[in-house]
Order: sequence, then structure tokens, then C-alpha cells
Amino acid sequence: MTTQAASIVGDYKYGFHDDVAAVFKAKPGLNREIVAQISDMKGEPAWMRAFRLQAYDLFEQKEMPRWAAEGALDGIDFQSIHYYVRAADRNARDWDDVPEYIKNTFDKLGIPEAEKKFLAGVGAQYDSEVVYHNIREDLAKQGVIFLDMDGGLRDYPEIVREHFGTVIPAADNKFAALNSAVWSGGSFVYVPAGVKVEIPLQAYFRINTESMGQFERTLIICEPGSYVHYVEGCTAPIYSTSSLHSAVVEIIVKEGARCRYTTIQNWSNNVYNLVTKRAVARKDAVMEWVDGNLGSKLTMKYPSVYMTEPGAHAEILSLAFAGPGQHQDAGGKVVHGAPNTTSTIISKSISKGGGRTSYRGLVKVYPGCDDAVSNVRCDALMIDEDSRSDTYPTMEIDADRVTIGHEATVGKLGEEQLFYLMSRGLPEAEAAKMIVNGFVEPIVKELPMEYAVELNRLIELQMEGSVG
Amino acid sequence: MTNASPTLEVRDLHVEVAGKPILNGVDLIVNKGEIHALMGPNGSGKSTLANTLMGHPKYTVTAGDIRFEGESVLEWTADQRARAGMFLSFQYPTAIPGVTMVNFLRHALNAREGRDLPVREFRTRLMDTMKQLKMDQQFARRYVNEGFSGGEKKRAEILQLQLFKPSIAILDETDSGLDVDALRVVAEGVNQVAAQEPKPGILLITHYYRILNLIQPDVAHVLVRGRIVKTGGRELAMEVENHGYERIMAELGLTAGEGDTAEALHAAAT
Repeated sequence: MTTQAASIVGDYKYGFHDDVAAVFKAKPGLNREIVAQISDMKGEPAWMRAFRLQAYDLFEQKEMPRWAAEGALDGIDFQSIHYYVRAADRNARDWDDVPEYIKNTFDKLGIPEAEKKFLAGVGAQYDSEVVYHNIREDLAKQGVIFLDMDGGLRDYPEIVREHFGTVIPAADNKFAALNSAVWSGGSFVYVPAGVKVEIPLQAYFRINTESMGQFERTLIICEPGSYVHYVEGCTAPIYSTSSLHSAVVEIIVKEGARCRYTTIQNWSNNVYNLVTKRAVARKDAVMEWVDGNLGSKLTMKYPSVYMTEPGAHAEILSLAFAGPGQHQDAGGKVVHGAPNTTSTIISKSISKGGGRTSYRGLVKVYPGCDDAVSNVRCDALMIDEDSRSDTYPTMEIDADRVTIGHEATVGKLGEEQLFYLMSRGLPEAEAAKMIVNGFVEPIVKELPMEYAVELNRLIELQMEGSVG
Repeated sequence: MTNASPTLEVRDLHVEVAGKPILNGVDLIVNKGEIHALMGPNGSGKSTLANTLMGHPKYTVTAGDIRFEGESVLEWTADQRARAGMFLSFQYPTAIPGVTMVNFLRHALNAREGRDLPVREFRTRLMDTMKQLKMDQQFARRYVNEGFSGGEKKRAEILQLQLFKPSIAILDETDSGLDVDALRVVAEGVNQVAAQEPKPGILLITHYYRILNLIQPDVAHVLVRGRIVKTGGRELAMEVENHGYERIMAELGLTAGEGDTAEALHAAAT
């Protein structure tokens, strides 16, 4: 699966890689033996081994998703991917115990510094395994669990078994099945009833190995009345061959709890990013996805919220930026499965230099779910003539008494706006950046300050040299 | 560039929009410290002139020249003209959603002055100027022109005029859509700028006379069908106020009508 990645990535800042031999690297390709081997190496309980093998069979049977674009996924050769690469022997609690070269990588990415400054806990995954995990002591004392998924399975097998795969079954789609078969790493978060984690937990995902598949698996459980904000960031080196990132994220938000999940996805432009993210929101629960997609070659990702009990609220903020050679097929799904549930989807997408963005969304209201309220707004901005933007909204409304709003705009970078700013002395490129930053402001303002700054910086980087 | 050169000199300016001629040979000289009123009926080409002077890419200059302090600016982009000292106050300022006034003004000032203004200095300048214009401080936190009332939009334009201190200010229908109080505040703002040293040249484009009671022009021009057909002192503006454009046009052997837009008139003339 060779691409011209290197030539299209441009100024990608995180494109370096470490030249080190992994502790263990599975042979490329996938079969039942490799799936069993991964489970055995991890010393998993029998039920998980069986779950993986069954998922593998489902993966074999499932069709490739075809909706993003004809042939969009043809570049993925499942037999040339390394499904499991372990870089370090163990998961460290102390930063000093992390191998030097991995530490350097995360240092360059600014992770330890971020942890010191504004995070309640940090997890860092390097290829298949989480290499570092830590949570503030006061939170641990309150019973908050923040572990890598493997650690969660080891230390809290009952909680994991009760919830794992209940929100996204292996049979959900081909890539969910693949993840279920070969998952490794990811986060396990458990917030006890009534506990509010006021500052974010962050996980950082890094692919280092060439032709690598990263399949992290995250499970977040918010007990009644609790709150947590989980943030993830992702980067990868630039290789001439593609990598595959296919995560599954399951979230259960119980009565009156609130969960916010923020992603700043900045994979290099040789990564296929095919992720299934779904949350269940129970009575009066609030689930918020803030999903920023800037990197990758192709992203197909539609964070979803299933509102299963009255009073649940879903909020999805989706931001996509597609530069040259990129296709961001993103959006969100809200499923109203109970009366009196409310949802909002706001999507902002920008395409530039031949990039393509697609908004794909679903609003579903089941029969009898009266008084459901849903508002969808998607705005697309095209920086130049070569770029493309499409909107695919789906509404399936089977209840009688509902309030549904949908607004969509597609526009070119406004000539009048550019002229206005330029007539004040701003050069064209700077004026364009300012307009784009303003365009994404409704989403950026929802981010913690540090991430807002980072996101604005990434957008500015994407905008460099795009006009004039 | 010498001090002897006029601040703004327009020579035989011909302009087309989407292939249609709108200006058919405009001549105009504005010197430092002078206030010029440019009046004309709807469709005479007033806004076209304003936008062309500032370098809007939609307007194509087919003949003639625009000189600023002695240099032709035809090849300059709008931002180059702005940084050199030209300013246009828009008739209909565009909204820039998501960009706060304070952020916009800071970037604009930095670009104009070629340096990063210290935060304190910038804030002081902004707050002082806003106070003069009787603007609420919260105004700075709002998104540029978004949801502004007509009066707020014009005030925001005058705020920029005061902050940027241009050498030539082109004010396009700055009086339109204002109630009497707002008009007074805006006129005061313009008069303050006009009195500041170094004194700028001001080209006040207007459809109505009423602002000329508050801002006294040194020279008045009447623009009809893409040409300045008459130039005089203040009394010319008065004449337009008292008798409308018809009398001037009749004097010049022109007939005005319902469809007295530049486009229609041009079609009739050819």
C-alpha cells in the first residue's frame, strides 16, 4: 500500500520516527493464529480470547464500507500490516521508567509538560501498548480508575466483562470487528458515582512502526452523577507506506452523569483512520463529543450517542480540515431512543488544495419517543476551486411530536470578507487564516485553552501557503 | 513621493464591473487636510469609485490612474494600499463571524505598524478611542460586524478610522442608516480625525446633505453617470440639497429619469 505520502504531507511537524527494534513485532498479516497469539501474550482470560476469535471470523465475513468514496479503502492491504508491535516491556507509572527513546518522542510532543501543567492524568500509547499511565493521587483516592485497557482487564475483570463490547458489538462493522479481534492498549476509565473530575484526563496515541496497525480500545464508564473530560491526541511518523488506525471507543454515561470526549486527531497523511465511537446516555445523562480531525489520509468517523432513557442529551461538535490528498468523512449520529431527549450536532469543515470533506450524519427518532428535540448545523468552507465538500444528512424520524432543525451552508472563502480584512492592512494569507479561525471558533471555544491554542496553530499550519 | 504631491489623485479613471463600464473618466484631486464631498444620485458610481480606490478585485480599471502621495497604486493589493495609508469606511461592512473586534484590530494595527504592539499599549489606545466614540467596552468582545445595528457598524468603521490614522480616508455613505444621535457621534469622530496632525485628506461620499451640516467640506463634487460633472465649494452641496440633482443635470443638458443608474445611463449614451 504505497502512497505518495511523503510528498503530500508538507510541513507536518510530528513526522519523525524512532529507529529502534521493537521488543516484539508480529509478522505482517492476519489469521486466527495471530489473533490467538496476541491474546496469549497478554495472558487474557478465556472469554476475551473467545471474543477475539469470534470477532476475527466476523471481520472475515464483513464487507468493506463503501460509502466514503469508490475505492477509498483499496489502499489497505490487510496482509501487509503489523497487527501487534510492542516497543517496551512494561507499562510504567513513573516517567523515568519509560525507555529513553520513547521518552524523547513524547518529550518532543510536549506530553510530560502538559501533564504537569493542566492534566489530571495521562496515558501514552506507543504502537500497540500503553507505555506510561498515571493519574493524580487525589483522584485515585476517590476511586477514579484510569488505566490502559489491558490493565483494566487484568485488574478489574468484572467491570470490563460487564461493559466491554456492549455499546459497540464486534459485528457492528468490519473495522469494529477487526479492532475487537486484535485490540491492544487504549484507556479504561471508571468514574465512581458522584465524583467529578474537574480537569481533563488525556491519552496520547503515537504510531511509530512503519505499516503498523494501531487498534486501541477505550472503555469509559461514568457512574451516576459523575463527570469526566477525556482528551486524546494522535500523531504518527511520515512513511511512504500507509498505516491503519482503527480504534473502538465505548462510553456508558449513567443517570445524571456527564462525559465529554475530545479528540484532536493529527495523524500524518499516510494513516487510514477508521474509528468507531459510540456512547450510551441514560436518564438525564449528557454526552458530548468534540471531534477535531486535521490529519490522516482518509478518516471515516461518526461519533454517536444513543439516548436510551428520558432526559438524555447529546452534543456532537465535529471539525474537519482536509488539505491536499486528504479526505475527511466525518460527522455524527444521534439516536433518540426515549422520549424527552435532546441533541445538537454542529459540524464545521474546511477543504483546501484539493482536499475533500464530507459531512455524514444521522438523526434517528424511534417511534413513541415524543418531545425529542434535535438541531443539526453543518457549515462547509472551501478555500479554493480544487477542493470539495459534500453533505450527507440522514433523518429517520418515526415519532409524531418532535422538533427537528437542520441548517447547512457551503461556501467559498468570502471575497467580501477577504477584501474587508485586507483593506485594513492584513495580507491575504493572514486575512484568510483569520476568517478560517473565526469559522471554527464555535468549536475551538469548547476546548480547554491549551488545546484551543494547539488547534488554532494546526489550522494555521494547514493554511500556510494556501492563498495568493 | 514628495510632499507636493496630492494625497489622492484620480486621473481619467475608467472602471468596469463584470464587463460593464461604471466609471467613465473620473478626475479628482484631494490634498492633505482637505475635506471633499462627493455627491451623486443612486447608481452614479459612488460606491464603485470607493471600492476601486481601495483595490477591490471585482472592479477592473480599464483606463486612467489612481495616485496616492504621487505613486500609482493600480498594481497594489488592498492591504498594500491600506498599509501605505489609505482607508475605506464601508457602506455595508461585512461580518466576520467568530473573529472578535479586539483580535481583528490588534492584528490590523500590527500589520499596519509592522510590529507587535505591546498588549498594554494596544488596550489603552483601543479603550481611549472607544470612549471617545461612546462605545461600550463590551463591544470589543463582539464578532466583527456580526449582529451589529446600522449605527454600530458605522461607529465600528469610525473607530478603525481613528485607530489607523490614515493619510486619506474614503468614507462611503457613512451617514446612511443612522439616526440623528448616531450621526452626530460619527460626524464628531470624523471631525476629530480631520483635525488631527498630520491632517488627512477626506473624501466623503454621500447621497444626502444632512451629514454636510455636521462635517463641512472644502470642496464638493457631483458624480453622474460615472463622471464628475460639476465641482465647486460648499455652495454646490447646498444647491444639490435645495434643488436635487435634476437642476444640475438639466444645466448640463443631461436628463435624469427613474432608471438613472450608471448602467442604464451608459446604455442610453451609447
